[in-house]
Amino acid sequence: MGLDFSAVPDYAGFLWLGVIWTTVLTVCAATLSFFAGIAFALITLYAPRPVIYPVRFFAWLFMGTPLLLQLYLIYFGLSQIGIHVPALIAGIIGLGLHFAVYNADIIRAGIVAVDPGQHEGSRSLGLSRLQTFRYVIVPQAVRSVTPPLGNNLIALLKDSALVSVLGVAELVHAAQLAISETYRPFEFYIAAAVLYYALNILLESALRFVERKVEATR
Amino acid sequence: MDFDLMLRVAPFFVEAAWITVLISVLSLALGLVMGALGAGLRLSSATPLRWIGSAYVSIFRGTPALIQLFVLYFGGPQVGIHLDPFEAGVIGLGVNIGAYMTESIRGAILAVDRGQREAARTLGLSRSQALSKVTLPQAARLMIRPLGVNSVALIKGSALVSTISVVELTYTAQRFIGSTYKPFEMFAIAAVLYMIVVYGAARVIAYLDARYAIE
Repeated sequence: MGLDFSAVPDYAGFLWLGVIWTTVLTVCAATLSFFAGIAFALITLYAPRPVIYPVRFFAWLFMGTPLLLQLYLIYFGLSQIGIHVPALIAGIIGLGLHFAVYNADIIRAGIVAVDPGQHEGSRSLGLSRLQTFRYVIVPQAVRSVTPPLGNNLIALLKDSALVSVLGVAELVHAAQLAISETYRPFEFYIAAAVLYYALNILLESALRFVERKVEATR
Repeated sequence: MDFDLMLRVAPFFVEAAWITVLISVLSLALGLVMGALGAGLRLSSATPLRWIGSAYVSIFRGTPALIQLFVLYFGGPQVGIHLDPFEAGVIGLGVNIGAYMTESIRGAILAVDRGQREAARTLGLSRSQALSKVTLPQAARLMIRPLGVNSVALIKGSALVSTISVVELTYTAQRFIGSTYKPFEMFAIAAVLYMIVVYGAARVIAYLDARYAIE
């Protein structure tokens, strides 16, 4: 069986829907991973010990195991404890929590990396602890954490493909449905790869734009 | 937690963990070869070779590893490539991680101070002698940490081959979740085994890094 890409345009609408769901999935999971990442970072830095330990254990668990396994756990685990969520929601939670752990690490390091003299200086100038954090520490940390957080976002976009195993109708799944009708795996997986590549380039240029903005505030 | 059940299925998981280790080691070896080749191309003085190197890195880092695996395994037969799941898994993972390793190796070579190369050339060493006797030995030490990060990612990424029915750890966990409806128990066993492998590898890398790295 030779290659024949002529069937691909017939399924363009189909693949386009896949792109939209991949985008929705990525945006929602990225938002969750960002805010949960901040929360985890602040907890490991400032919370009392009994709160720190469970978060650290969770981070250790999620950094040591594959995302795919975590997705199965969340999808089937939630339904075992009586919470029935659609596959899309399970995918968002799984992706979001997985990357939150990595984001937390970056954010924590970014806060710690701000010279302690900055903290001492602004405290002795009469700023409160909260003001110091808000006006002195955070603006400096933002600059150092933006590029690595961007890298995680790119990784998240690519890893969103894994959610297809739960049956979420994103790009890989759309390709699989087209393949089940046409029996042309090579053509449709290549088409999906091209679309992922295009999404990736879009995201990368958006991130470069953001990085320039952040740099400009220096 | 159903510990009785966990004890009964644990042997299957341990067996599967060996497949995970095996597939990781084999694709790591392939990834290092691809990474060295890729870095050679990326640093070559011939423009077309540099393009090939850049295209390799860009394509394989710009698309999901899952799709690459599917193109190879499900699409391969259409272009005359017939691989069993295990072979496709090793090749797919190895070529994918090779693109990341290309950048790690290239970065380490570029990080060696250029004065080192210039001094070696001034002392009368040929270009290849300067590379093999001066630049590479220093770059090798700088590579340990980034390549270690790639390797740990590879072990976790090896879970992907469960989707093309290689009976490794994630495949086994998923199968037992399906047949027992005990996702937490099955996850716990698989997680323990993954963490032994992942954090074990991380320890080895940290040791090598501490032993050989130059600060």
